[in-house]
Amino acid sequence: MPTAAPLTSTTIDGAIDHLQTTYPKAVSVDDREGYGGIIVDSAQLLDVARVIRDELGFDYLSSATAVDYLGAGDHMEMVYHAYRSSGGGALVFKAQTERDHAEIPSLVSVWRGADFQEREAWDLYGIHFPGHPNLKRILMWEGFHGHPMRKDWREAYYEEEQKPFDSRWPGGHVHRAEEKNVFGKNVSYPREIDLSRLMDTSESAVYQSLGLGVDVERVMDKDGFETNELVVNMGPHHPSTHGVFRMVLTVDGETVTSLEPVMGYLHRNHEKIGERNTYLHNIPFTDRLDYISSMGNNHGYVLAVEQLLSLGRRYNEPTYRCEVLRVLMVELSRIVNHLWAIGFWLNDIGAFFTPVLYFIQERERILDFFEAVAGSRMMCNYMRFGGLFGDLPERIKSVSNLTNDRARDYNTIQFLTEMVSERIPRTIDELEQLLTQNEILIERSVGVGVLSAEDAINYSAAGPLLRGSGVPYDIRRADPYSIYDELDFDVAVEDAGDMYARYRVRVKELRESVRILRQLLPRLEATEGQSIWADGKPGAYAPRVPLGEAYGRVENGKGELGYYIVSAGGKSGTSNPWRYHVRAPSFINLTPMGIMSQGYKVADIVGILGSIDIVLGETDR
Amino acid sequence: MYGTGLAKGLMLTLRHFVDSYIDDIRYGFRKYSHSVDNFGIRQGTQTKGVITVQYPDEKVAVPERFRFVPFLIVEDEDHPTRAGKDWCTSCGICAKVCPPQCIWIVRGNDPDTGRPVPEPEAFFIDIDICMNCGYCAEYCPFDAIKMDHDYELASYDRTTHHIHDKERLSKPNSYWRSIAPTRAYEEMLARGTWEHKDAAKEARRGQSSSRRSAPRPAAKAAPAPAVKEAQPTPEPAVSAAPVAEGSTPWSEDDAKREERRRKALERKARRAAKRGG
Ligand code: SF4
Ligand code: SF4
Repeated sequence: MPTAAPLTSTTIDGAIDHLQTTYPKAVSVDDREGYGGIIVDSAQLLDVARVIRDELGFDYLSSATAVDYLGAGDHMEMVYHAYRSSGGGALVFKAQTERDHAEIPSLVSVWRGADFQEREAWDLYGIHFPGHPNLKRILMWEGFHGHPMRKDWREAYYEEEQKPFDSRWPGGHVHRAEEKNVFGKNVSYPREIDLSRLMDTSESAVYQSLGLGVDVERVMDKDGFETNELVVNMGPHHPSTHGVFRMVLTVDGETVTSLEPVMGYLHRNHEKIGERNTYLHNIPFTDRLDYISSMGNNHGYVLAVEQLLSLGRRYNEPTYRCEVLRVLMVELSRIVNHLWAIGFWLNDIGAFFTPVLYFIQERERILDFFEAVAGSRMMCNYMRFGGLFGDLPERIKSVSNLTNDRARDYNTIQFLTEMVSERIPRTIDELEQLLTQNEILIERSVGVGVLSAEDAINYSAAGPLLRGSGVPYDIRRADPYSIYDELDFDVAVEDAGDMYARYRVRVKELRESVRILRQLLPRLEATEGQSIWADGKPGAYAPRVPLGEAYGRVENGKGELGYYIVSAGGKSGTSNPWRYHVRAPSFINLTPMGIMSQGYKVADIVGILGSIDIVLGETDR
Repeated sequence: MYGTGLAKGLMLTLRHFVDSYIDDIRYGFRKYSHSVDNFGIRQGTQTKGVITVQYPDEKVAVPERFRFVPFLIVEDEDHPTRAGKDWCTSCGICAKVCPPQCIWIVRGNDPDTGRPVPEPEAFFIDIDICMNCGYCAEYCPFDAIKMDHDYELASYDRTTHHIHDKERLSKPNSYWRSIAPTRAYEEMLARGTWEHKDAAKEARRGQSSSRRSAPRPAAKAAPAPAVKEAQPTPEPAVSAAPVAEGSTPWSEDDAKREERRRKALERKARRAAKRGG
């Protein structure tokens, strides 16, 4: 269907029009109040998805997640956010299915990045995806009964649907949850289950998906030597997996023939907790996702909720100073994140702790700053809807009040200026002196763990993993938020797609962050005295969030961090999100881990994993 | 040449190694001095070497905004009218904003009338669940709950020690002003008085009935001057000045104050006895 402008660069509305004319029956505009995008008939979903990718150019599937509309239509819905890797906004499309026998065709054949996300939707929502190559649970274990994100599923120690719980006030007699019987009213078993005969079947499922049992096979390698193909478990308890994480490898001699990540050991159903919580309650919970960069987590979440709030009448945009402070904090977190990522990646490939400790010295100072401003080093809980917890204190000062305290006292702005103009750049220089030309490092990392640009996009890789493969996609530029469009910085990119390229991207980004910070200092000075709240006073603790959906995304240190939030609206008087989904970069960046490892040596695997830079608090949620 | 990159890196390690000793010499081995000029500088932006804080023999003092498990503010024992009284009015907001729901409050009731009284009868925080987010302190309208700086709460038995009751949670107002002088001062400005909101209100009421000429303070516009009238000798407006021992800002004589305090305690005891019986 030839048109005047090339379809791959039409506006979102143009794209929607095109889809509607091509598929008049299957595509309809989502006209629910506060919603956007299109609803696609799931029978035609695959065709429409191919058009979206190939004809309209939305080659990057950022997020795919499910929503359970129990009591509000009684259907399940898959929500997809597709972007163009050249930049711009999202094409949101949805497919609906009934709750019993929920079934939606798998999009893995269109976007490989849907792989883990569909498995998650199957695991947590019980939506079946015909056509998925490996549809099994991903966060819960095989054999788990039920799908915990469904609205009618209740957790152990269940108390009430939503916080705040009535039992806390005014008649709040304390109890410990674990003193109650966990098998009380909260848990139900299907009648045919005999607890005494329960067996763990999750293991065999993992091995079966690799195409073999646990048996050792005798095979010949390419030179005719007799070798054993083995299944090796790395983790869950392994010092190089950065937490409790496991990789099941099949190896032929030293060479990896296939790899599958196994995760979920730190799963706490963060999203279910988030839907019990009020909007405000969720901010400190986001700190615990990627606990290296909690400021960035806060930012993505408040942006999403602010999108919803701005649909209502009583909403004030954050002030300019507030935006400056947010970006300041987020860029400092990015520095912390990259220093940490590079340092621990070096640990993985054998430069044990010398480099990382040099970086941690700077990180400590940044964390001291966070502590003085936000009250905590890592669990910052700093951002609020429409504002912040507080402005910068005049001094970074501690008073000695425990025995043997060592006190400090600095002028905040001076401390910040010296960090930005001297210490951090010096550390980056040292980092490069130590590593960039280091022959051992180069030999270990060049040409290892290669991911091509096409694969990176198709597998929904994000952050340094994507940019290290030659795709100059940075949300701060591609789909700007906050004040990034007025700041001067370059998108770091490297073409090689190997571990070394990812390292180089991180170093470049460190320098770009310093560049941004330098531009922020005069802005801080210029806005001195301006309130961080638009109306001068802190926001309410239970804001009324209007009906609708929102997707807030930020470029976090580890990649694209997105929050998909659905509000049931103020009509029902609830201040709790109906749906709270985290698009976690650490989780989705593991999707290409398998193809990145094939053909490399076992010893490279830890390095490849380290070069992706994951954090398990976010992977497992 | 192969190996130059390596050698350069090793030079850097050597420099780092030497730098720490240079700093030690420059600061005259005053490693163990408490003074801000020593430790503060070596932890600051100017220094090059590293210094190790020998925890638990030494500790890094935490900044004012640092937040750990919260505590409840009670009036200082030498307060003329409200000694030992809770600042908390058991309004329940902290229990609502608490994300992991680890605050339990029993609202107090007057045993005679059955009406709620502005004082909690019981107050529990499960410190195992508390995520130290600071919301309770941030949203309490009466500045009655604050984040503590004492982070050494480990104990051998969590079932007996980790639910803090009201007694364990309560700390005097002066403690808060000593650990966070700047914040206490900012809160005073926002409240318009060093006193509890209710106490200030009472003071204003008393004052306007006795001196009819006194202008009623326009509640929000200019609270500070109005309060200054109510308190003949207000705190000097300096940020880092917690009340030192013996310099009470109130001008009443001791006997009167002692009398009032005794009566308050008696009332409290009577109520407690009634509740018990
Ligand atoms: S918010 Fe403050 S006054 Fe209200 S119950 Fe909590 S501590 Fe007491
Ligand atoms: S600090 Fe946060 S978690 Fe702890 S009691 Fe206060 S509101 Fe609850």
